[in-house]
Amino acid sequence: MTIVDKPATDGTAAAGRPAPQGRKPRGEIGVANLFSHGFLLFWGALTVLPLLWMFLSSFKSDGEILSDPWGVPGALRFENWARAWTEAHIGQYFLNSAIVVTGSLTLTMLMGATAAYVFARYEFPGRQVFYYLFVGGMMFPVFLALVPLFFVVRNAGLFGTWTGLMLVYAAYSLPFTVFFLTAFFRTLPTAVAEAALIDGCGHFRLFFRVMLPMARPGLISIAIFNFLSHWNQFILPQVLMQGDDSKWVLAQGLAALAVSQGYQGDYSGLFAGLTIATLPVLAVYVAFQRQIQAGLTAGQLK
Amino acid sequence: MKHGKYPLIVTFLVPPLLLYGIFVISPYLQAFQISTTDWLGYSAEANPVGLANFERLLDDERVWNALKNNAWLLAVVPVVTIALGLFFASMLAMGGRKGRAGVTGVRGTSFYRMVYFFPQVLSVVIIALLWREVYHPNSGLLNGALGALGLPTPTWLGDPRTAFWCVLAVMIWSNVGFYVVLFGAAMSAIPRDIYEAVMLDGASRWTTLRKVTIPLLWDTVQVAWIYLAIAALDGFILIQQMTNGGPNFSSDVIGLRMYETAFGSENRFGYASAIGVVLFFLTLSVAVLALRAARRDRIEFS
Repeated sequence: MTIVDKPATDGTAAAGRPAPQGRKPRGEIGVANLFSHGFLLFWGALTVLPLLWMFLSSFKSDGEILSDPWGVPGALRFENWARAWTEAHIGQYFLNSAIVVTGSLTLTMLMGATAAYVFARYEFPGRQVFYYLFVGGMMFPVFLALVPLFFVVRNAGLFGTWTGLMLVYAAYSLPFTVFFLTAFFRTLPTAVAEAALIDGCGHFRLFFRVMLPMARPGLISIAIFNFLSHWNQFILPQVLMQGDDSKWVLAQGLAALAVSQGYQGDYSGLFAGLTIATLPVLAVYVAFQRQIQAGLTAGQLK
Repeated sequence: MKHGKYPLIVTFLVPPLLLYGIFVISPYLQAFQISTTDWLGYSAEANPVGLANFERLLDDERVWNALKNNAWLLAVVPVVTIALGLFFASMLAMGGRKGRAGVTGVRGTSFYRMVYFFPQVLSVVIIALLWREVYHPNSGLLNGALGALGLPTPTWLGDPRTAFWCVLAVMIWSNVGFYVVLFGAAMSAIPRDIYEAVMLDGASRWTTLRKVTIPLLWDTVQVAWIYLAIAALDGFILIQQMTNGGPNFSSDVIGLRMYETAFGSENRFGYASAIGVVLFFLTLSVAVLALRAARRDRIEFS
């Protein structure tokens, strides 16, 4: 892996730490460091090992996988990847997921930001009621809604369509998005908005030209959060996208691959499929780890 | 300045409200209504049966069996995950050199955090399928190691005595990293002079963690508790993909029970909705209980 360790730029930890390195009684260092590094390395290995094993196994032949789980692949068999990509349609599902998430994320951000802005900045009758109606949705298990949702979507003619998935993903992301962004819009200074209004700026222009750009950090955090939750969504597509397997999303495709692997004994194909699904997500995560960690944890710290 | 705000409020609020009302609020409300009917299958009519579904629930051994497993998840997963999360977070934050200037983090903190966080960005389906292979009796990573050491190689997911606990372990594995980062972020917000004062007073590392760090983190721990408790009442994807509730229902959970009742071999929508309603009240009471149990005096620092 090509990850550079840079504690100085670690946003979560760097907050004004005076870095008290310098003069140290060296005797105490060894034991404590060995102790903590031992545990930390252990958990690190426990996290990485299964993933590394999955990666290596994606190059093995089925014979190698069955006979020696800890062995190293004899050759880089990219044909496993090719088989998973085309025969198991992982490539198709990847594209499908990308289409659905692009739509659902755009919808979520647009609707979440507009609703949150209104809740945060405007006084109107029923504001509290509507706000708690939205935010209350965070408490409900999605299971409760599953059966009726299936019929709502079917009656709307959206069963088995990407549009249906996009709308449902967005609807179920609204509670947390509205909650998070309302809190964020409230932290923005009011003076800028007042000045803009006095200068004759309309309410709509004020939102798109002034408030949205100011809210960028919050928007990025919640967008990352929603992107991952939409990309990894499984229960909703499994209920709302049954049947036509050419429209499935990635998580469904992987589950189906695992089932067919069970019948055919195509272990290497399964590992290749899992690796193909994992690598892009991990690559994006490693590239933006600071923002992603902050984005995913910020919501809970509020 | 007030003039002309209503066009904006209406345009910004009505689309999200419609989306949310149609796909979230109305299904939740319908679920309560459906739970009092005997609705079977896709076209059959639904007759009101009052609370008969709930009475039947009381005698349903499968449901009780599933609830028992959720109770185990609830008893084990939050405690162990939070303990491990706090342990590793504090190792990272202050496991390093202990000098006159106070405590510092170990080297490579952000690297550890990055690695620990991996499972959080992966789809639960990928985690489930990967671990199913890790636990594979013949070709799995786990038995490969045990076999090489000459130890017995259990069938793990194939054995009703161990299957559930294997899934439980994966649930903990996939959550710990997130809480390490969450607690780590909260710890870095604690002013360093507090630690310096404690160090000067000669407190040990363990005392510092117990008497200073954890009380100051209590709000975050409480949030973690609620999230993990709600997650423990779910567990659907991991169970469905790893064991499908088996062998012989030994690893069944309430979410899977509901899914199978509604979308499995038969479509008992009324009964499934009744299970959903029970799950709803369970989630609600667990969240409230977690809030109550974790309530302590809040410690403020600026």
